Amino acid sequence: MNFKTKLGLGILAFFTLIAVIGEWIAPYDPSAMSDDLLSPPSLSHWFGTTMTGQDIFSQVLVGTRGVMVVGLVCGVLATFLSILVGVTAGFLGGAADEALSMLSNVFLVIPALPLIIIVASMLPSADTVLIAAVISLTAWAWGARILRAQTMSLRRRDFVEAARASGERTWRIIVFEVLPNLLAVIGSGFVGTVIFAVMLQITLSFVGVISLSTWNWGTILFWAQSNQALGLGAWWWFVPAGLCIALLGTALALINFGIDEYANPRLRKVRA
Amino acid sequence: MTFLLRRAAFYLVTLWAAITVNFLLPRLLPGDPVQAMITKLGGRLNSDAMASLYVLFGLDDDKSIWEQYVDYWGSLFRGDLGLSFTFFPTPVADVLAQSMPWTLGLVGVTTIIAFILGTLLGVYAGWKRGSWMDNLIPVTTFLSSIPYFWLGLIAISLFSVTWPLLPASGGYAPGLVPEFSGEFIGSMLEHAVLPGVTIIVSSVAGWILGMRNMMVTVTAEDYVLVARAKGLTQKRIMFAYAARNAVLPSISGFALSLGFIVGGALLVEMVFSYPGLGYVLFQGIGGKDYPLMQGVFLVITLAVLVANLLADIGYLLLDPRTRKEG
Repeated sequence: MNFKTKLGLGILAFFTLIAVIGEWIAPYDPSAMSDDLLSPPSLSHWFGTTMTGQDIFSQVLVGTRGVMVVGLVCGVLATFLSILVGVTAGFLGGAADEALSMLSNVFLVIPALPLIIIVASMLPSADTVLIAAVISLTAWAWGARILRAQTMSLRRRDFVEAARASGERTWRIIVFEVLPNLLAVIGSGFVGTVIFAVMLQITLSFVGVISLSTWNWGTILFWAQSNQALGLGAWWWFVPAGLCIALLGTALALINFGIDEYANPRLRKVRA
Repeated sequence: MTFLLRRAAFYLVTLWAAITVNFLLPRLLPGDPVQAMITKLGGRLNSDAMASLYVLFGLDDDKSIWEQYVDYWGSLFRGDLGLSFTFFPTPVADVLAQSMPWTLGLVGVTTIIAFILGTLLGVYAGWKRGSWMDNLIPVTTFLSSIPYFWLGLIAISLFSVTWPLLPASGGYAPGLVPEFSGEFIGSMLEHAVLPGVTIIVSSVAGWILGMRNMMVTVTAEDYVLVARAKGLTQKRIMFAYAARNAVLPSISGFALSLGFIVGGALLVEMVFSYPGLGYVLFQGIGGKDYPLMQGVFLVITLAVLVANLLADIGYLLLDPRTRKEG
């Protein structure tokens, strides 16, 4: 494991820890108003306060959980769907492959953001888990496409043929012979999906289609934008949440490079 | 030709799927938000407008779902997307026609610039693997991990508020009338700088990385070694041998990630109040304007499909294997 991968894992572990303990270590109630209106970062308010005197540091801490939960739930659901569709298509071939590949390509080409905005704004109650489920429905297609290609290259290998010749059932060949060889691809697909889901959730909060009753980083940005934080010069209102998103995204991308380099040795660093 | 026909057939299926999803969504999801809006607008809607909204959102319960579906297609072919609630009483089709050119111009130009710039940098980074260019990767990764809209916010705060160099919102200076004059075009370009640069900066990293990794893989191929052994110039090997082959996955990736990029670009429009489809969509969200939101979705899907077809033609020109008959 190289330095980049370790750095990525370290940042991810940090945010996971915050997601768990954020609510307990937050110095203030994130929604509580106070008399310190729109004050810049200080010792008592590390990230400053909002227009109504809410503590932004506490909002970021408490909001971490929502972000990580959606990322995790989407990652698991969408990865499951992509394995189901991609590996089945690649392994079975023929008409089943044509139909499933068509399905995943349709999902890939249709622009997800406007579609999800419509769905989310039509839902009467858009709570976190429901949103995660909707995001997963649009997030699986990329992984399925890559898994299909990898499975096709495995399908005719000798060890699979041997299993087939010894009379193994199809599902058993897929689960015990093919899947273990796809772990790196599945892993990198999972990480990619988490990035996608986190970005989408934050975006949806920012444009104001998800319920604003629970805190996440997108909600902070929504309030900053709708209260003209930019025009007021209140940079502390939108900088911390954005930096957290970028840090988390970078960490996940670094982990993905690590997986890619593990799977494709040609990408590893060479001494020039 | 078979290749193009297959692709075209696929895009038709995708378009059908998008339209059908659009048809089903308001009918499957609980609640009747459109009915609520119609009730709220009360007598201000004339009977024609009311009828078309009924067809589009499935409020005529006495008809079977098939009849509704046929009626829905009929409306679409007549270009009738209903009335917008936000821009009442302008038809959705007119709102879209007005904002479409802005989005096509901004997103089209910036996406092409980002693709070309990113691919060239990627070619170079892959070719010079192990040099200082490798340090470019973590930097661009960080940039691409930033949400488009947040980068837009930072750009406004730096270049419009702190140092007031460029306008923060709109597509042209207030008071000007859209026309073909130097003054208007100048103002238009000035307003496009910040949103355009924002889109380019956040989307370029993906192309750099993809292209670099393909270059690294291709440079190890035997035909590149042979080209070197023949004593061809570095430049010729880099572009005509390695890059030409390495760019193919980037182009097919271009087609597939377009939907994603357009989504990000819509957000940039929202942040900059740029008069394109994204900003229209944003206003639609605030006003629970479902006819408008669904119209935006359809038009964007259509545009992405056309762009995909163009990317396919580019692929055809670069890869002779797809031109083979049979």
